[in-house]
Amino acid sequence: MASHESTYRPTSAFAKWLDARLPILRMMHAQFVDFPTPRNINYLWTTGGLLTFFLVTQIATGIVLAMHYAPTAADAFNSVEHIRRDVNYGWLLRNMHAVGASMFFLAVYIHIGRGLYYGSYKAPREVLWIIGVVIFLLMMATAFMGYSLPWGQMSFWAVTVITNLFSSLDSIIPGLGTRIVQWLWGGYSVSGTTLTRFFSLHYLLPFVIVGLVGLHIWALHVAGQNNPTGLEIKTASDSVPMSPHAVAKDIFALSVFVLLFAWFVFYLPDYLGHADNYIEANPLSTPPHIVPEWYFLPYYAILRAIPNKLLGVIAMFSSILLLLFIPWLDTSRVRSTKYRPVYKWFFWMFVISVIALGYLGSKPPEGSYVLWARLFTAYYFLHFLVVMPIVGVTENPTPLPRSITESVLGKSGHAVGVGAPAAPERR
Amino acid sequence: MQREADLASHTAEEPNRRDFIVVAAQAFAGVGAALALWPFISQMNPDASTQALASIEVDLSPVREGQAITVSWRGKPVFVRHRTSEEVKTAVDTRLSDLVDPLARNDAKPEKTPATDANRTVKGKENWLVMVGICTHLGCIPKGQSLSDSRGDFGGWFCPCHGSHYDTSGRIRKGPAPRNLEVPPYEFVSDSKIKIG
Repeated sequence: MASHESTYRPTSAFAKWLDARLPILRMMHAQFVDFPTPRNINYLWTTGGLLTFFLVTQIATGIVLAMHYAPTAADAFNSVEHIRRDVNYGWLLRNMHAVGASMFFLAVYIHIGRGLYYGSYKAPREVLWIIGVVIFLLMMATAFMGYSLPWGQMSFWAVTVITNLFSSLDSIIPGLGTRIVQWLWGGYSVSGTTLTRFFSLHYLLPFVIVGLVGLHIWALHVAGQNNPTGLEIKTASDSVPMSPHAVAKDIFALSVFVLLFAWFVFYLPDYLGHADNYIEANPLSTPPHIVPEWYFLPYYAILRAIPNKLLGVIAMFSSILLLLFIPWLDTSRVRSTKYRPVYKWFFWMFVISVIALGYLGSKPPEGSYVLWARLFTAYYFLHFLVVMPIVGVTENPTPLPRSITESVLGKSGHAVGVGAPAAPERR
Repeated sequence: MQREADLASHTAEEPNRRDFIVVAAQAFAGVGAALALWPFISQMNPDASTQALASIEVDLSPVREGQAITVSWRGKPVFVRHRTSEEVKTAVDTRLSDLVDPLARNDAKPEKTPATDANRTVKGKENWLVMVGICTHLGCIPKGQSLSDSRGDFGGWFCPCHGSHYDTSGRIRKGPAPRNLEVPPYEFVSDSKIKIG
């Protein structure tokens, strides 16, 4: 981890005894109390804390919901209703878990968008970024399997459609895709067998995510945090200790975000879901218009935009796997888009494309919706494969400040600006 | 000193008995680990009770011309449509060159059979079309079984999930689905009764 002088001094006899045997408190102090944090990070840097909060919330509510849930085709639907109506505070726990998933994705999209805008994937943070993409993929798998558990019509047909994605492999090796799909299902169609194994994996994967989050933070603390200028911490005045500066900011942002969370939990618990999911799963009837949860809509639009089954599936998966390669696709000399006058426009085009794809994913695959979905899908891929490599070379970045301190205090380097924080003592 | 240097250069050039034992032991452990993993993977495949092939009999006498019924076979919906003579004629008159998937996809016929209407029905019973009612794109159930449903641009079935259009012979004509709807193995046990499976 990044080397800095820790101010940890064990005071009590027990802390001294433990420090000589397992210096865990020393490590926590070095990583989360006096860890040097760039003094200029903005509120977008609070999303990591938010995500940790929601991961813990999902695990805590999930563990107690599993005490009342029955993962069988006959009982699953009714056991969720039982949780909502009969179990003490079951309504609250279920709402927190269901809405929490949406909040988790909202926070992760802001987190990823921040990384893309400020070039947080660029050297030396490639491994940090790649671990993040893997966490994102696992989050999607976990959310997808969790959505199957209420065993409503949307649950059932979402599982059918998404697992069938693998049957597209039939067009490469005949029979391979079908075998994989039947292996996933444990039968010739989605059934209670499928539900039970999804429940098992839905319980497992969050703990895998916890482990990867540990690695993510480790990699982060080796390279140090990025910041809006994209410059590294060079002198003591470029940084402040994580506690209380960044921690206070995290707590304030979390409080605001939790207000939004609570608003949905208490007033609109079903708003982000779909009415058809309150009809029990029926393998003989597909709802007239099936859509995934809002956080999967852009990928769903990409899938449907391409009129060939295998290519549609490949496009959908590569739209996320492409993220793994952007540390090398981005050829720019500067990290932060703040200093990239040309790329800035392309970045916002990309954001608009993703939001537009999300809208189009919620619409039926007919008429002009298909055409627009194709246009935005094309830009999604062009952005990474063409714009990133070319604009990085051709554009002239605007002058960078010489240091993080200069970007905050101006060229004089003295703490004179209104609201400028004083440089911390001892640094 | 000389001997040690000799030994070092010797081991760098030629593998000795110990290297062989190490590699063999590692290979053995690797194969053993892979074999031990197999039950954990294979347990997810369809189990014996699921595999037990069920066959069902369906009475066709109540189904009037123009009507269709859906029955469940191996957990999958099977479409049985009593086609009108115009529907049969449209299906028969369709040229093979207009089809997306040129193969019949009839479990009772060889794999390379062309997708003519005759190859997807039983001779003398062309007005009956029996198919697994699962869209070959991503597994939704296409619309078109009830009279009020949208039947798509080709008068057969329309999958609402991703917009695949099937014709009156259940062949894919437009949209993302790659294959014609599958015809399950079935036979007429009497004039108005079929056995599927």
